[in-house]
Amino acid sequence: MKGSVIKYERDNIDTDVILPGPYLKIHDYAELATHAMEGLDKDFHKRVKPGDFIVAGKNFGCGSSREHAPIALSYSGIKAVLALSFARIFYRNAVDGAFLLPIEIDESAYKDISDTDSLEVDISTNDIKNLTKNKTYKMKPFPELIGKIIEAGGLFNYKP
Amino acid sequence: MNITEKILARASGKTSVSPGDVVFVNVDKVMVHDVSGPGVLAVFEKLRKKGMVIDKVWNPDRVWVAEDHFVPAADKISAQNVVLLTNFTKQFGIKKHFKYGMGQYGICHTLSHEEAMVLPGEVYVGGDSHTNTTGALGAFAAGLGHTDVAYVLLNGKIWFKVPETLYFKLNGKLPDHVMAKDLILKIIGDIGTDGAAYKTMQFGGTGISEMSVESRLTLTNMTTEAGAKSGIVEPDQKLREYLAERGVTKYNEVHGDTDAQYEKIYEYEGSEMEPIVAKPFSPENTVVARDLSSVELDKAYIGSCTGAKLEDLQAAAKILKGKTVKIRTEILPAAMSIFRKAMDIGLLKIFMDAGVVVGPPTCGACCGAHMGVLAKDEICISTTNRNFPGRMGHIESQTYLASPLVAAASAVTGKITDPRDLK
Repeated sequence: MKGSVIKYERDNIDTDVILPGPYLKIHDYAELATHAMEGLDKDFHKRVKPGDFIVAGKNFGCGSSREHAPIALSYSGIKAVLALSFARIFYRNAVDGAFLLPIEIDESAYKDISDTDSLEVDISTNDIKNLTKNKTYKMKPFPELIGKIIEAGGLFNYKP
Repeated sequence: MNITEKILARASGKTSVSPGDVVFVNVDKVMVHDVSGPGVLAVFEKLRKKGMVIDKVWNPDRVWVAEDHFVPAADKISAQNVVLLTNFTKQFGIKKHFKYGMGQYGICHTLSHEEAMVLPGEVYVGGDSHTNTTGALGAFAAGLGHTDVAYVLLNGKIWFKVPETLYFKLNGKLPDHVMAKDLILKIIGDIGTDGAAYKTMQFGGTGISEMSVESRLTLTNMTTEAGAKSGIVEPDQKLREYLAERGVTKYNEVHGDTDAQYEKIYEYEGSEMEPIVAKPFSPENTVVARDLSSVELDKAYIGSCTGAKLEDLQAAAKILKGKTVKIRTEILPAAMSIFRKAMDIGLLKIFMDAGVVVGPPTCGACCGAHMGVLAKDEICISTTNRNFPGRMGHIESQTYLASPLVAAASAVTGKITDPRDLK
């Protein structure tokens, strides 16, 4: 996966800002995408391109269980969120619904990656190449079950 | 094993499990509401397009449905979502559907205990993050998204990583001016919004034994705000009586072993607790209420699964009796059964005499949906559970989270007020 970075240098980016409450009644995925990140970054939908990555701090996706959050990001074109850590429901929604990859990175990678950097992510080797800075970081490997669900293409395709 | 490990071991058919184990567990009960229900149906639609036949759920008697977020229908889309829910329960033969305007209905987490929809020892999942609430009934209760709930509806099971357990021990009773809400805010302030991420928060000690089941439900409700997978309290006589009042006496209680392991034990002294408020824009942003006595308010909101159970309304009534509110104040009982009890014991008269608007059960403005959302720059004190930017309305509105006692006292003065300081 190759794409460029949209970086939010903050912790606890919650689902209320990723997809604000008033839109919870909407279940059209394309329409949800037009409201992605509206509570934090009004220009997100103008800026995001297919294949982009979001880079953020710890506890990304905390708050409500709304699957609307990973759906809105996914249908905006986001392929993966690279964060220091993830809130649990966002993480499993992203993986089980096969919307995007929640990739855990360490503090040094988080600090090093800048907004608009081009990255290439390879989950088979756990390598994150920063093509802009010509550096490579390691992502935290997915736990065994998570890796299998991702490989299967979501929970419904996974055979326990 | 502790109670959570024992429940998950039983539900996964294993003799024992340890934190970190990934297990597929059989689910006893599953809930959807007017936001997650249509979300699940969208997942079904996606699966049907891929050729999957979906004409039944695994066990319609173990599925129940609530209407709470955008009801009474806030607009055309919300009305349509309620129709979708009705069609869903009809199609799949789901009998437990609490419909607004047809007797008992309310916020899903409140119904879970008011109607004893979930019993001790069970595995309960719901399409809502505050599903944790129901753990106060001695069950494993966790929130899931639409895909996971869809999977449970079709397969009756789901994967969980067995969580580590953090044990919160309350020594001695809370003082009269302090509520369970103050304790859980204090805990979240201490450990942070990811302080219990992926873990279980268990509550025990003499202070919890003395605490009502409704108060315990306030604690488990906001374990979500500490990032927890679940919150739990071991069953005891108080819980048995609570369930018996609801006509339920048969269930399989689970208790932790005497050598149960906890990752960490936190101790709190009941007598030292004070009214606590979480400032915008995070539930971990806590201070003692008295430090905020200069904060002027536009509104007080007493509602939600966190702060509109019967004892929450009783606490508000104790403060509001014979007083008049100085700012807009809304009280929305969390379920019709609570609304009725509030009427029967005279609370509604106290609220109305004070000038409060009393509304129907709904998640309402707690999640910024409807029924009194906030304008730009408006400042609200609220008995709800979250105060992220824009949570209750405009992105530049502000919410202070507090107990019903503090919210009611603040409604009377128009400023954030410790109930002890109300003249």
